[in-house]
Amino acid sequence: MPNVLVTETVTKCYLPGQPPAVKGVDLRLAQGEILSIVGPNGAGKSTLVQMMLGLLLPDSGTVRLFGHDVAKERRRIAHRINYASTDLSLPYSLTVRENLLTYALIYNMKNPKERVARLLSTLDLESFSDRKVGALSTGQVARMGIAKALVNDPEILFLDEPTATLDPEVSGQLRHLLGTMVRERGMALLYTSHNMREVERFSDRIVLMRAGEIAAEGTAADLMERYKTEDLEELFLLLAGRQEVGVE
Amino acid sequence: MSDAPPPVSLFAWRPLAGILYRQVVLYRRSLPRWMEIFYWPLLDLLVWGFLTLYLKKIPSFLPSAVVSLLGALLLWDMLYRAQQGISVMFLEEIWSRNLIHLLVAPVTPYHIVFGAILSSFGKVLLSSAVAATLAYFLFSFKIFSLGLDLIFFVGALLAMGWSLGIMTTAVILRFGQEAEVLAWGVIFLFQPFSAVFNPVGVLPPIAAAISRVVPASYVFEGMRSLLTGGTLPVRDLLMAYLLDGVYMAGAIFLYSRVIARARRRGFHLKLGS
Repeated sequence: MPNVLVTETVTKCYLPGQPPAVKGVDLRLAQGEILSIVGPNGAGKSTLVQMMLGLLLPDSGTVRLFGHDVAKERRRIAHRINYASTDLSLPYSLTVRENLLTYALIYNMKNPKERVARLLSTLDLESFSDRKVGALSTGQVARMGIAKALVNDPEILFLDEPTATLDPEVSGQLRHLLGTMVRERGMALLYTSHNMREVERFSDRIVLMRAGEIAAEGTAADLMERYKTEDLEELFLLLAGRQEVGVE
Repeated sequence: MSDAPPPVSLFAWRPLAGILYRQVVLYRRSLPRWMEIFYWPLLDLLVWGFLTLYLKKIPSFLPSAVVSLLGALLLWDMLYRAQQGISVMFLEEIWSRNLIHLLVAPVTPYHIVFGAILSSFGKVLLSSAVAATLAYFLFSFKIFSLGLDLIFFVGALLAMGWSLGIMTTAVILRFGQEAEVLAWGVIFLFQPFSAVFNPVGVLPPIAAAISRVVPASYVFEGMRSLLTGGTLPVRDLLMAYLLDGVYMAGAIFLYSRVIARARRRGFHLKLGS
């Protein structure tokens, strides 16, 4: 499968004299692949994702989506990607349906009402589709955010902690849905999470970041074998902790 | 990839419709928002209208000064709402933690501003139509007695209001929510120098000098001239539009610099999260 996202020695430092938030990161994401980025708080995950989205410019290196440099050609790729984060929401005074319709229009979708109706059905949001966002539970807001992120049928979907506020049953349903989209439509999925069990079961490949750099990369099985750990949680504690390990 | 979908055109109508649709929905069902459009103009109108009724009874008071008070009030409200319409819309994006969604979407920051301008234009039209109608029925004041010249006055005021709105937005994007007080307050910084209710001639020299670089001062002077039987001061009006051009160029320059800086430093990513 071709790579839809490639970062080449991407570095970002917010303030001169401070350690870089992201340092020389080389990464690739293939069409139809699920890649998880994990790491402790401050590891550089969010900064890296923001550079991939074109919200932040790298100091050096390039981020290419579909072969285009995001820093220079964001307009050529913005309609092919989307993003959801638990840190974000949508206007509280609008209903779920109205918010989705807003974004179907903003993403220039043809037949936006039909598109929204399909999304509401696919993501099982119909029961609260006409409720204002301000009246939703945290989990419902998260589901709406994911619906918004799917409004344009993205070829690359960026999700920041997508299941952090969802109960296990809804998380499972969502993973199933996203997995189906990846398999059937070849969507590439890049997500960050602190839920190691989820990462282990759901991802094709895992990137563990520490202090702005990639500390380890591979499939869950590869990584656990390489570092002789029982599970990803143990691996995370090993690599994210203070002890020095032989990172290759 | 040769079969890649084409990018969204800069002139596509749907993204702009999306930005406006949300504003329409917000107003469609929110009583407080309707009150915000009508409540303050109505109260201002009543207070100033009653004052004009009183002033008209004072024999020594110039009737022309009385007439121009209500005209000034109606035009000032347009300027105020034009500026606020832009800044408050941006603040609402921040409050609802939605701004990043917009910045990720296939629209430019200039689409967002243009959407805000269109939305603010609609609100100004609505609010002014109601205020002008009430002024006519309650106080027999006809703002349309200014004739077609009114369009030129309103245009110059809206351009100034939008320029200040864009500048305020840039400052909020740069400094975050702590600067949000500007959304409501910045226009009043210009009020003393705009000659809204008084001629420039009565201002102290320093204030009069400042008023020469405030487009609104030319508009209000022109309005007073017309309402008291004078002719349209074309030179003043041209000066107002020239200054508006400078304000708008400065606003766009500031806004683009702030956006560019935010993409380098990531400050705006902290907004609303």
